[in-house]
This record gives sequence, structure tokens and C-alpha cells, in this order.
Amino acid sequence: MQINRREALIWSAATLLATTRSSLAQGRRTIRIAPHAALRVLDPVTTSAYITRNHAYMVYDTLFSIDAAYRPQPQMVKEWTVSDDQLSYTFTLREGLLFHDNRPVTAEDCVASITRWAKKDVVGLRLASAMSDIRPLDDKTFRIALKTPFGPTLEAMARPSSIPLFVMPRRIAELPPDKPLEEVVGSGPFRFIASDFRPGVSWAYERFADYVPRAEPPDGLAGGKVVKVDRVEALWFPSKQTAINALAKGEIDLLENMNADQRSLLDGDRGVTLRRRFGPMASTIRFNWAQPPFDNLKARQAVQAVVTQQDYMDASIGDPKSYQICPALFGCGTQLEVDDGFRDTGKPDVKTARALLKESGYKGEKVVIITPGDIASFAPLAPLTQQLLQQIGMASEIQTMEWSTFLARRAKPGPVSEGGWNIAHAVFDRLDLISPLGNPNFDARGKSGYSGFVDDPETTDLKNQYERATDPARQKAIAAELQKRAYDLVFYIPLGTYYDYEAFRSNVTGYVPAPVMVMWGVTKA
Amino acid sequence: MTRLIAMRIATVLPVLLVVATIVFVLLRLSPGDPAQVLAGENATPEALSNIRQELGLDRSLPVQYVTWLVEMAHGNFGTSVLSRVPVLTLIRDRLEPTMVLALSAIVITVLLAVPLGALAAWRHNSWIDRGVMVLSVIGFSVPAFVIGYVLILLLAVKTDLFPVQGYVSPLSDPVAAARHLFLPSVTLALVFMALIARVTRSSVLEVLGEDFVRTARAKGNRPTRVLWRHVLPNAAVPIITVVGLGLALLISGVVVTESVFNIPGVGRLTIDAILARDYPVVQGLMLFFASIFIGVNLLIDIAYVIVDPRIRY
Repeated sequence: MQINRREALIWSAATLLATTRSSLAQGRRTIRIAPHAALRVLDPVTTSAYITRNHAYMVYDTLFSIDAAYRPQPQMVKEWTVSDDQLSYTFTLREGLLFHDNRPVTAEDCVASITRWAKKDVVGLRLASAMSDIRPLDDKTFRIALKTPFGPTLEAMARPSSIPLFVMPRRIAELPPDKPLEEVVGSGPFRFIASDFRPGVSWAYERFADYVPRAEPPDGLAGGKVVKVDRVEALWFPSKQTAINALAKGEIDLLENMNADQRSLLDGDRGVTLRRRFGPMASTIRFNWAQPPFDNLKARQAVQAVVTQQDYMDASIGDPKSYQICPALFGCGTQLEVDDGFRDTGKPDVKTARALLKESGYKGEKVVIITPGDIASFAPLAPLTQQLLQQIGMASEIQTMEWSTFLARRAKPGPVSEGGWNIAHAVFDRLDLISPLGNPNFDARGKSGYSGFVDDPETTDLKNQYERATDPARQKAIAAELQKRAYDLVFYIPLGTYYDYEAFRSNVTGYVPAPVMVMWGVTKA
Repeated sequence: MTRLIAMRIATVLPVLLVVATIVFVLLRLSPGDPAQVLAGENATPEALSNIRQELGLDRSLPVQYVTWLVEMAHGNFGTSVLSRVPVLTLIRDRLEPTMVLALSAIVITVLLAVPLGALAAWRHNSWIDRGVMVLSVIGFSVPAFVIGYVLILLLAVKTDLFPVQGYVSPLSDPVAAARHLFLPSVTLALVFMALIARVTRSSVLEVLGEDFVRTARAKGNRPTRVLWRHVLPNAAVPIITVVGLGLALLISGVVVTESVFNIPGVGRLTIDAILARDYPVVQGLMLFFASIFIGVNLLIDIAYVIVDPRIRY
């Protein structure tokens, strides 16, 4: 092939341009990350999807944030006071808070943001019901007045799941919460680059130069959000294997999560550091309380008698360093960790299970277990459960479907003949479990509640008591009562908690151990 | 020819309407709920209900169908339920990687598979013939993702010759684009080469037995001239059909290769939209794919007339 001078010039220019662009990107301290999911929805109030929440932590700031021990700590708030009767909270903002459009953050913005959030978040709704008034007192101060004490007010404002309280400019926050936002303007440490957003593919942030971090070191999601890179590029990989290859070759710098099995693919690679993720996941067996046979307590107890967390964790995770037997329904390692009511002896009791099943009046009807075939963390659960049911004399059938169908079907309380189900599994991030008010497993409103349709007015009453309790010791006592009730009535069966892994290039340092992937503190040599 | 094109264009709208209707009905019949996907796994029933209302999913199906048709007639293909980006923008943004990948794969395929198939037929029952057939069976039997991962391991991770993943537009950086496209194009080409080489072989074999080939040989033409001037043009019709349909299939079905090499094309968009029950995006994509097949079929018919003057419409 002959190349004339003109073509040679064009090719040289193109190569030079490419080289220059690449050098510039590297010079700008860009970190490339592979998150756990693709970002499609930008409004954190519209969805409880983790990826949208994680995106929001980059762009927006929060009034309070949880630290590594899951305790609320001030973030945008400088100081606050609580009246003696616990009915009035006054908050003052830190100095120097700016939105990305260079407007100062005011108390009005906070009030509008709380109002929008409180119409959507499950704990926010409770806080809103307890409120009698919320108003700015001046540019930097606002007050929440309550009709009745609301003990977990700070926890609610700090809670990272499922819909955290992010602060937005008033003009945006006053839009109806059912209408998704069309612009992303936060006051967080990173600015979202709208022109680089390709839904479901890639997105990017740049350092917000005017962000004023807190002075404390980073601690979980709390502390100083000191940004040390100029740009963060996020790239979604539909194939985890490809993401692992890309990390090994240095095409990306950080991989948010991989399961314990995949760890072996990077073990021994000197260029890569592997670390157990901060927050574990908790898998569960859920019963459909609204339909036979599990509308009967004895039938649920029969299954409970043969389930041991050890067996599930050994079979589904394998590596003991990657899982934990955890009796605490509000999460091990959290403020409400208790072991009241735990029934798991570590040994299946088939004899008792058979007797309980007989007492329940079970007549051999087939139990339908639904499972998503396209989600790896669910894959081992349904066959294990079916095996246990078989041991105690229950007929069962596994019906496999893809995730969207599974979610829609799991939300139906009707009988199997009408597209319902009897057993379904669920997997939660520990963040979803830490509050009795937000933990979906304690939604006890029957058919109008979370899937599983637990119907127990006493639990609703205990949650109301928890809400009003302002003393941490009293809160913990109520949480223990709630937990005991959940075990006694078998709301669901916890199967243990397990850890995924995160991996990053060895030249990446300062990656903060936190329940949400955050990019402050990170440096790249 | 003009009549053929006019007739085809006249049939496009009814065909698209039928496709649109079938897709609409099938999507609504399939289980799954876009509101649930949008709201997230732990959404409360109240949140789901609000989202359904906001998306218009609580309206009756005939109302949703008519609304959609009316909007389409005005050129509005709707907005993604999830990302709120217009469907046409989403398709436009994801079209280039798929088109470039499909075209490069088909070029590699045709350049290699047609000569190989012709050679196999020309040397019928020789070791060359058997070798080509064995290769084509292997190419057709091994899934694309296996070929892709093996190529990545050997040529990207172990030897650092090519990048593992990603797409670069040839318009922005031709050199980087070529490096990124090489492995996925070869992966796809290996699969389609098998098909096209086999079709070429059997088509050429058929023509080799014709009287006019014997006459050409008897006139003293060199074997290569007989093959290129007399045999291949007469064997071209089935080859064109397979290449044309192969191109259409590549455009609509490169999802595995796009996933393995992390290429943000329409294949991945389609799977994502189907899994998320993103109705407007799936509907828009299906119409787009139907249009591609209609267009490619028209081009195939035109090519028939050009390569074989005996064909008349």
C-alpha cells in the first residue's frame, strides 16, 4: 500500500492528537472506576437503586452522614440544638457551602430538600408525619418542630438507604417529587458532567474546586471529603470478567465489587490490591404470608427449624473469611446489634420440622419457589431451599425467571394460580437493615406492605414506640423486642451475611472504606 | 428497478405498523414492571403506584397504544422510562459503534470467507476443502463469547497487543479505533466466516458443473479466470443473500460481542431495555431493526439484478 504525503500528514496529525489527548487526560489525574451497575436514573428521590444513590453521594452533600460505626455525624451541619421537650431541632449550616452553580447553600434550600425527600423516603414519611413545622430562621439556620418526639431524627437525616436526604437548590427541590429532575446541581465534592453522561454506558465527574470539606478525617460516609483527583470516569461493564481483565491490564483503576469466587482471578497480581468490602450483604428466605401453606405459623416454623446459616453460607459463599453467621436482624456491627430470639442452633432439626409441618395441616400441596436466573447472588439459594423442603416432606417447584419478572411477581400477594409465589429469596445491603423504621423486613402491613406481606399490628405498634423513643437504651430495647417477634413469628429467615470484594490498582491509595463507593480521599500515583 | 424500489417503499409503512403492534402487545403481555425497575428493589407499594401513574402505565392498554401511535405519527418516539432521554437520541448515540463493528466484521468476513469457500469448491475433496470445512464447523460451533474471551486472554492480557475493551470512534482517533475494533471484529468474523464460506463453497460447486463453465475451460481460459469471471458472478446470488442478511443480523444481534468487549452499541441497549421493561426504547428499537431488515432486503434485491441480468422484477 502506498501512502501519499497528504495521507501521511493526516495520519501523523491524528496520531499526535490522540497522544496529546491521552497525555492531557493522565496529567489531569483521572481515575477510572467500574461501578456495580449502570447509571440510568439521576434523581435520587425517584428511585432506591443503589447506583443512583452512589452517584448522588458524589454530587450532593448531606446534612448528616453515618460514620464507620453507622452513627450519624454532622456533615453540612455545623451545630444543632434539641429542645428539652425533644420537640424542636435547630440546625446551623457550615460556612462556605456552595452549590455547583456557585450559589451559596441556604437554610431555604435545606428546608425544600427535606420536604421533597420526606414525601418519598419511608423514614422521611414518618418524620414528616411527626413534624408540625419546618422553616428557615435565617440564611444559615432552620428549625424542625415536632408534634411528638421523633427519636431517630438525626439517623433519618443521615440514613444512607434507601433514599438518603441530599440537599439540592430550592428551585430544584420544589419540583414535584414524582417528576424526575432534569438537572444535577449539588453542593458535593464532585460536579456531574452532564455532557459526558451516556445512560447505561458511562458518566463522569470533575472535582468541585470550591467545595469546603470538614476538617475531620474521612470516617465511613462522614468526615472530610477531600478530593485529590481532578476527574472520575465511571464505565459500566456488563461482563464482570471483562472488568477484571481491564483492571488487570490497567485500563481501569478501581472495580467496585466482585464476589469471593472471582477473587482468585486477581490473586497474585502484584499490580492489583484486593480488599473485602466494608458493608456485607444479607441473604434471606421470604415466605408469602398471604397464601397457604405459609399463612400458617407452624409451616414457617417447620422451615425455620431446618435452616442453618452455616449451611447456606458454606454452600453459597464457601470461604469462611468471606461470610459471617449473624443473628442480628438490624445488622451485625451496627448500633442495634442484638441476638434476641435467634433460633438457629447450627444444626437442622428435621424431626421437629416434620412434626411442626404435620401440626400446620399441610396436605402435600406444591410450594412454588421463584428465583431470578440472571442474578449470581441468588443462584445457589433456591436449590438449597428446595433440598431442605424435600427433607421435611414438602413438595416444591423452582420457577426461574429474569430479574424484572421476579421483582414484579414477588410483589404479588395472590395465590400461585394467579401468578403468585410461596417462597422467594431476597438479598439486602446491611445499610437497608440498620433502622427498624426503614428495614423492609419489618414492614408488617400485610398485603399493602413489602413483599412477604407480613401482617402483625404489634410490630407496627413497636415501630411507633421506637419512633418516639429518644433514649438510645430504650431504642435498643425496642429493637430487641422487634427482633424477637420477627424470629417468633418467622417474618423471614436470615441466611447469614457475606462480603463481596473490591479491587484497585496498587498505585491507587486512600480509597475510603465505606458502605458506599466514594471517591474523596483517593489518590492515584 | 424504479418500480421495485417504489413498491418496496409503499409496503414499508404497513409492515412497520404490524411490527409496532406486535411488539406493543408482546411487551404488555410479558411479565415484569418498568415501575419496579425504576423504583428499585426495596420500593414501597405506594412508590410503585405513584411511578405507574406518572408513566401513564395505569391507563388502559388501548389508550396507551393509541397515544403511542399518535405520538409516533408526529415523529415522537417517546422517552426512556429510566433515563428520560428521548428514544431517538439513545438509538442515535448507540448506533455508530454497532454499525462500525458490524461493517468491519462483514468486510473481514467477505474478504476471507468468499475466497476460502471458492477455493474449497475449486479444490473439491482435497485437503484444502476438508481444512476449510473443519474450520467452518469449528467457527460455527464455538460460541462468540468463548472466542472473544480467548482472544482477550491471548492478545490483550498476555501479550498486550490490543486493548481489552472499549470503543473509540474512527472519526476521533482512527488508530485507536482500529486497535479497539480488531478483536471484536475478528470474533464476529470467525463466526460468520464459517457460514459464508460454506454457502460460497456449495454455490460455487453447483456452478462448476454448469455447461458454460465447461465451455469456458474448453476455450482455453486460465483456471483463475474461469473462477473469477465465470463461476463466482454466477454463484453470487446466494452469497449476496447471506452477506446481506448477515449484516442485518450483525447490526441487530451483536449483543454478546458488545458485552464481552464492552462496546456501547444498540445490541446492549436492546438487552438492557428489554430487561428493564423500558417499553418506549424496546418499541423504538424493534421498529429500527425492522427498518434495517427491510432496507437490507431491498438492497439485496437490487444487487441480484446487478449481478444477474436474468433476474427481473
